[in-house]
Amino acid sequence: MSLRAVKIGLGAALVILPSLAQAHLVNSGLGPFYDGILHLLLSPADVLGLMAATLLAGLHGARASRLTVIVLPVTWFLAGLAGLALPAMLELPWLSVLSFALLGVLVALNPKLPAEAVALLAGLFGALHGLLNGSALAAIGAGWTSLLGIALAVWVVALLVSAWVVTLQADWARIAVRVAGSWVAAVGILMFGWMLQ
Amino acid sequence: MADGLIAIGNGRLRRLAPLVLLLLWPVAAWAHIQSGEAGGFVSGLSHPVSGLDHVLAMVAVGLWGAVLGPPAIWMLPVAFPMMMAFGGMLGLASLPLPGVEAGIAVSAIVLGAMVMAEVRPPLWLAVLIVAFFAVFHGHAHGTELQPGQNALLYSLGFVIATGLLHAAGIAVGLIHRWTLGRKLLRIAGALVMVSGFYFLWNAVS
Repeated sequence: MSLRAVKIGLGAALVILPSLAQAHLVNSGLGPFYDGILHLLLSPADVLGLMAATLLAGLHGARASRLTVIVLPVTWFLAGLAGLALPAMLELPWLSVLSFALLGVLVALNPKLPAEAVALLAGLFGALHGLLNGSALAAIGAGWTSLLGIALAVWVVALLVSAWVVTLQADWARIAVRVAGSWVAAVGILMFGWMLQ
Repeated sequence: MADGLIAIGNGRLRRLAPLVLLLLWPVAAWAHIQSGEAGGFVSGLSHPVSGLDHVLAMVAVGLWGAVLGPPAIWMLPVAFPMMMAFGGMLGLASLPLPGVEAGIAVSAIVLGAMVMAEVRPPLWLAVLIVAFFAVFHGHAHGTELQPGQNALLYSLGFVIATGLLHAAGIAVGLIHRWTLGRKLLRIAGALVMVSGFYFLWNAVS
């Protein structure tokens, strides 16, 4: 059998393999910790704000990034624990959108802020979304393990994104980061329209 | 077969690997989409490219930015999505804006003319011009959005598509550094302007 025939056979076998249908994406099937990770990654409002907070930290250098990488997941987790104890699910859509829209505006404008202020903003965002996540998890009977998954996913994303932005030297690359911030802000502004509708 | 095993390390099979990976990639089936909910992200992504008037104006923003050079090359694409989103918010809030379609057509005329004539106004004026027209584009999109869609994902796709159109304009506009490229850009600007007149004719007739 020629090598070409082997390749074609292998390719044909791969093509006819059945694809996995993921009908319930929020349930990872791997337990509450991984469900928590998926919950974060499938929550666009959380991801947009997380990206904006870490892009802002990255633009402000290594010190702001180090602080943010610590403050953001810790506040997210602690506020999430508080949220788990709430008797009812919190719903603050306006505040949620405002939080990521403001961070997007700050990334786009890139004002000179002290590292502590950048970390504080990230911490406020983390506290708000941690509280919302915690109360949502409590409402569906999930516990702190899922919250830990969320917080660790926040930590990993914050670490990777801010470290990547800190290393950017080229002007165009830093400008691209600011453009991304303007997109986050634009999504926030549009969301206000949707909520007004 | 031994030849095949040895060949695993060669470049051809390595090039085939991404294709095999794509073939194996599981296709997610979202089986529980609510009735009446339109496509969300993909729907938002495709909406700005569904109308030639929008596409030409957004690409022209990128072209003009490339002609103007830094810092306009990035300030215009930053200003446009934010002000377009503001216009979209007005549309979603049902706040009327007169002459939306005519405003979109005039935006193609003005932006095309700016590229064609290589007009270099002060930065604040260039940003103001782009921001002004962006409101019309946003308002049209805002009023065209249907209720019941996944709002955030729709908005995200919508904004990303707009930004990518600007990026396409900037990428094309980089030919401005060459003499022939400059001439081609001016021709492109003229085409956008002429198209704008056509859109205006349709809008007012």
